[in-house]
Amino acid sequence: MYGGGYIFEEPNNRQVREEKVHDEPEKLAAFEDRIARGEKIEPGDWMPAEYRRQLIRLIEQHAHSEIIGALPEGTWITRAPGFKRKLALIAKVQDEIGHGQLLYNAAETLGKTREAMINDLLSGKSKYSNVFNYPAKTWADVTVIGFLIDAAAIVNQVANSKGSYGPYCRALERICYEESFHLKQGHDAFIELATGTPAQREMLQDALNRWWKPIMHFFGPPDKTSQHSEKLMQWKVKMASNDDMRNQFLDMYVPKIWELGLTLPDPLLRKNAETGRWEYSDPDWDEFFRVINGGGPCNEERLQVRKWAEEHGRWVRKALMKPTEKHTLPVA
Amino acid sequence: MSLDPRVNRLKLGDPGAVIKVEEGENWNVYEVFHQEKRGAHHEHVGCVHAPDPQLALIFAKEQFARRKKCVNLWVVKSADILAFDVEDEDMFANNLEKTYRDASGFKVMEKINKFKQSSKGTTDVK
Repeated sequence: MYGGGYIFEEPNNRQVREEKVHDEPEKLAAFEDRIARGEKIEPGDWMPAEYRRQLIRLIEQHAHSEIIGALPEGTWITRAPGFKRKLALIAKVQDEIGHGQLLYNAAETLGKTREAMINDLLSGKSKYSNVFNYPAKTWADVTVIGFLIDAAAIVNQVANSKGSYGPYCRALERICYEESFHLKQGHDAFIELATGTPAQREMLQDALNRWWKPIMHFFGPPDKTSQHSEKLMQWKVKMASNDDMRNQFLDMYVPKIWELGLTLPDPLLRKNAETGRWEYSDPDWDEFFRVINGGGPCNEERLQVRKWAEEHGRWVRKALMKPTEKHTLPVA
Repeated sequence: MSLDPRVNRLKLGDPGAVIKVEEGENWNVYEVFHQEKRGAHHEHVGCVHAPDPQLALIFAKEQFARRKKCVNLWVVKSADILAFDVEDEDMFANNLEKTYRDASGFKVMEKINKFKQSSKGTTDVK
């Protein structure tokens, strides 16, 4: 039913235009010229099958990450310290779910249905950001997520918002606008602990120590091990290399942590004044792959909670379903 | 045991259980148009999944009007949007000879000035 073979019903009869790369060299050349000129690709345009496949993978995983990312933070809504923090956290979690919806819609324009994406998440076929397979043990964890994970996400999303696929860029523009509030409220909560009592500082330092490895994993494996990045960068699906984004993040945020007298659990972490690049210890990429393949502390709980939600919400969705209605994809 | 007391109360199912969502279970797609202030155009901002137009409006309000200013929303089923084929883009290429429908195509002042400078103009206007 999905995966590029989806065709619109009348009157919206947009068709999925897609051919094998080597079958249509002129179309591919025109497509690549458009991207090189900075033009956006829109849903009805011709695009290589590989471009479509990689974009679906990218946007779908981004959408799943927003939805699953709401779980560790949602855990702390009932126990947020104070009314204002609770309001802000509820608003943030609602935003994250909204971002998931925007991104699912963008991925749907490429021909994969919402249901197929949810099924791939539930079966474990489709991945989401690895950081959410770790638990938020204390309130300090929530401030580290709100400050540093959101900061890392913004580095990635700002880069991607300049990509070549129109619907993804438009979704990201709205998302980045809302993320600026997330980052600010996270920074505020982080600073409150960092400038608070010795017990608060100790709690924050402990959370930082536990989250540093997942944060270093956030942008993915080092460039030297990353496969077929080159074509994706030419097509502006991937806008910056993993190492470049990680370096940009370290450049922006490590000084903000150190200036508070907090430490990071890596004795080798330092900026090389000559190269301008950050140096750090190997953040255990074996653990990264182990966790992404289901071996993390929370993988099972995250998916079980999602399955529970799908199962228990089903009667409502089904009661409102219109089985005879023709289903379409979003226009843009 | 989960760190989340709410999760512990859920009685989660078997981790290996296969849960599948049916095609159509997430309903249909509606395009959303947002009006920022009275008198402004409604602008396309995205879409929502909903079983009918009334619920689409409610979801659109949650999704697109929870932060910035909004005075009204429209929703329309995505299937009902009729658009030109993107491959026909060249039909919008502008004919350069369209000055007859453009304000800049009419040189009134040139004629007035010319008239004023002529002997007829100077005598009449003074």
